[in-house]
Amino acid sequence: MSQQLISEVTNGYLRTDVPEFRAGDSVKISVKIKEGSRERIQIFEGLVIKKQGGGVSETFTVRKVSYGIGIERTFPVHSPSLQSIQVMRKGKVRRAKLHYIRGLSAKQSRIKERR
Amino acid sequence: MAKGILGTKIGMTQVFSEDGKLVPVTIVSCEPNVVLQKKTIENDGYEAIQLGFKDKRQNLANKPQLGHFAKSNSNPKRYIKEIAGKEMSNFEVGQEVRVNIFEEGEIIDVTGTSKGKGFQGSIKRHNQSRGPMSHGSRYHRRPGSMGSIDPNHVRPGKKLPGHMGAETVTIQNLEVVKIDLERNLLLIKGNVPGPKRGLVMVRRAVKSEVIQPLDPAEYVEKNNSSEESVE
Repeated sequence: MSQQLISEVTNGYLRTDVPEFRAGDSVKISVKIKEGSRERIQIFEGLVIKKQGGGVSETFTVRKVSYGIGIERTFPVHSPSLQSIQVMRKGKVRRAKLHYIRGLSAKQSRIKERR
Repeated sequence: MAKGILGTKIGMTQVFSEDGKLVPVTIVSCEPNVVLQKKTIENDGYEAIQLGFKDKRQNLANKPQLGHFAKSNSNPKRYIKEIAGKEMSNFEVGQEVRVNIFEEGEIIDVTGTSKGKGFQGSIKRHNQSRGPMSHGSRYHRRPGSMGSIDPNHVRPGKKLPGHMGAETVTIQNLEVVKIDLERNLLLIKGNVPGPKRGLVMVRRAVKSEVIQPLDPAEYVEKNNSSEESVE
């Protein structure tokens, strides 16, 4: 009963336009950034290394290598500050959490495409 | 002192705020409370209103209780609490109090009974530190010295093992994130004392600024508007 109430409350916060993606996919995310009264869009493109949680609390982590430095950002899937999530490439992996990719070189961290 | 309402804790979740931040919230279900009695200075020496919350079966109430509930034309209630102060003095006996007495963004205090922890040692109960576990210390999780030998007894108030939890706890200055009048829910930022389904009392914060100027006219206006929305 109480779990049902909680999901009723949080259902209003869920987004319906989230594409299906999983760990191993490459995504392009447009993040809304507020600077005072102005709002601009920042693009973050990289590999999804994990998805965790469920409901409104579901998050995913995207990793990219920028000027030789690995950067990981975690976003709530249903966050209203994400303008869009685009799946650029579907990857074929055998893990749900790709933490092992942090230690690999660029050449080794290539992921085969899933068809 | 303050306006308030009784409710039960449903559980915790997260919601997004307007600026896109994920805010942790506790959901408190406050089905309409009924004003059972008004205490006045002339009669009782202080001002308060008595709220009843959650119906119970007729045969769980005894005769004196049934007489008390009959005065407000309400079903027998499981929980009865007084809220002191004149802020809600414009509510009449038998009237319903609903979540809309609060506004979104309002600062509140929440009182409940904390989860019982049973008999606990002084490390968990009083946040004391433990001794070294090795090198032959032979002193691991004990409460320390009992004090000087001079008084020939342990001084009162010495922190010792004992029963922990299951006591009345008030968390101050929480924020109302959202009000759901349809489902009678309050979404409160952060956590609230007690287990799920435990009784909590939500009151306007003692330390809120609004409490300073006591303007009766303001309350009349506020109560009138809330009465309209109840109907």
